[in-house]
Amino acid sequence: MRKITKTILFILTFLSIANSQIQLNGAGATFPYVIYSKWFDVYKNKTAVQFNYQSIGSGGGIRQVSEGTVDFGATDGPMNDKQLEVAKLKQNTNVLHIPTVMGAVAVAYNLPTLKEKIKLSSTVLAEIFLGTITKWNDPKISKDNPKLNLPDMPILVVHRSDGSGTTYIFVDYLSKVSEEWKSKVGLGTSVNWPVGLGGKGNEGVAGQVKQLEGTIGYVELAYAIKNNLQYASVQNKSGNFIEPSLKAVTEAANSEVKTMPEDFRVSITNSAGKTSYPISGFTWLLVLENQKDQTKGKELVKFLKWAMKDGQAFAEELYYAPLPPKVIKLCLKSIDKIKVQK
Amino acid sequence: MNLVEKNYSDLFFKNLTKFFALLILVVIALMGYEIYINAKPAIEKFGWKFITDEVWDPVQENYGALPFIYGTLVSSFLALLIALPLSVCIAIFLVDIAPSWIEKPFSFFIELLAGIPSIVYGIWGFFVMVPWVRTSVEPFLAKYFGFLPFFTGPLYGVGMLSSGLILSIMILPIIASISRDVLKAVPISQKEASLALGSTRWEATRIALSYSRSGILGATILGLGRALGETMAVTMVIGNRPTISASLFEPGYTLASVIANEFTEATSDLYISVLIELALVLFVIAIIVNSIARLLVWSVTRKYSSQISN
Repeated sequence: MRKITKTILFILTFLSIANSQIQLNGAGATFPYVIYSKWFDVYKNKTAVQFNYQSIGSGGGIRQVSEGTVDFGATDGPMNDKQLEVAKLKQNTNVLHIPTVMGAVAVAYNLPTLKEKIKLSSTVLAEIFLGTITKWNDPKISKDNPKLNLPDMPILVVHRSDGSGTTYIFVDYLSKVSEEWKSKVGLGTSVNWPVGLGGKGNEGVAGQVKQLEGTIGYVELAYAIKNNLQYASVQNKSGNFIEPSLKAVTEAANSEVKTMPEDFRVSITNSAGKTSYPISGFTWLLVLENQKDQTKGKELVKFLKWAMKDGQAFAEELYYAPLPPKVIKLCLKSIDKIKVQK
Repeated sequence: MNLVEKNYSDLFFKNLTKFFALLILVVIALMGYEIYINAKPAIEKFGWKFITDEVWDPVQENYGALPFIYGTLVSSFLALLIALPLSVCIAIFLVDIAPSWIEKPFSFFIELLAGIPSIVYGIWGFFVMVPWVRTSVEPFLAKYFGFLPFFTGPLYGVGMLSSGLILSIMILPIIASISRDVLKAVPISQKEASLALGSTRWEATRIALSYSRSGILGATILGLGRALGETMAVTMVIGNRPTISASLFEPGYTLASVIANEFTEATSDLYISVLIELALVLFVIAIIVNSIARLLVWSVTRKYSSQISN
């Protein structure tokens, strides 16, 4: 009996020692999970501050931040006014959006007979996903691709079946370029798709596109590249057809800096820049303006600053686009707003 | 007195087991209550229309559950249709025909199948089974049975047929291993008696089967339960489109899949409430299906026992 008590005491002391190490808990978006875990790992080795991040989805991240069950949240789509109000009521302070990195959504397709990239104008893309263009050799598509010999084949649309930030960015673009999309389908992390099959996750959509000829779908750029999928050049606001690349995404944010609102709740799809890729988006960390726990708050601010400076260097190798310097400057200003009692 | 002491420990043990048994009822009742309370906003908003509507539009907040109910029932019964005869045949083979050096490893492998996580089935289904279904199974069915409404439409590979197939593989070990145990429990004297009366091997097996009918039905219920609630494997191969179509080639959607798919990103309160109402619907379906199956078992055993007494 005494032996057992001793062991329990030993374990308890051990646990309390382990606990004295600072641990920050976060939850939310799945899209930035890869770079966040890289950041947390590198940062832990540097400072011994430990992060525990649950990639449960943006909706969960928003909910948990408003309930105060985590030290920070993460989301791929900004919180709306009503959600901010609810969070403020519950937490007695504002929720700040801090952009961390950016990503591109690629329009992937499977037409093995084509050797060159297909060009898709914004209206064509919207009509394909609305189901009004149903064949690959439709004159509306071939108009922009006079050199390509488009096959007489039905178009099979593949979309995400799970609610996701990737979907949000994609339909945000479609809502901006097509009135019909905006009124018929609208904007959200899950929508009522007029046509097509649903694939689970990026890997589900990528797999479906890879398997079946004549398919078209949208995936994060990293998945299109890693799975060797063909992906389209998409027309941006200034009329140019832009191939998705990390540079073109950073360009999209750059072109929106002047009109960037203070709270960063902004979409950079269909941005004005000449060379910016139109289906790009931020991903945000959600942080309370008034931190409740002093030590944790201090460490969180330190980490955010590190992520803005040193963290950005890890982005490209993991297929995320780094923030342009001008946006980083704005972010640092926003991070300075976080109040930690001294 | 020794007797009294013994009674105390008996009493204690009796109440302990009773307590744990009742705990199950309490947990189920609590679950039902909790789901109902959280689904209440959605129930009040949509009423009975919820289970007859076919629209699923999270943006406009218009929700109907019918395609999901249809998909859940059809994929599960399709799985049962494929798995039940196979499982019973496997069980008969293992008990009556196979020598023990075959039976032992075979049983082991069947039970191994039951332990594979469903996501592994899902990924295997998506990358291996679906292409096979698209290039071999569906063209074959369309060519020879295309006159039936079940086998028409474009060949995607993913769809109701694939989900029925993957589910049948998943529930097969459950039904097969329980059926084997049940068949093994048939008294050997019964079989010997029928053989002694000059019946063939097949006739002796039939007698053993009629003995274990209720047990096999019970195994089927367990399998059906797993099929109704299966999430990951199904969502990988069913196509995830909330439509109702007679053709098994067409994509569908199930209750469990849509909950798993959309819960993480559901932000509005009504949206979450609707997803929880779907869970309530699944709960009710499971209760109804189980009750029907219980009734079936009950009527079969009663009929059979009256036969014996005659």
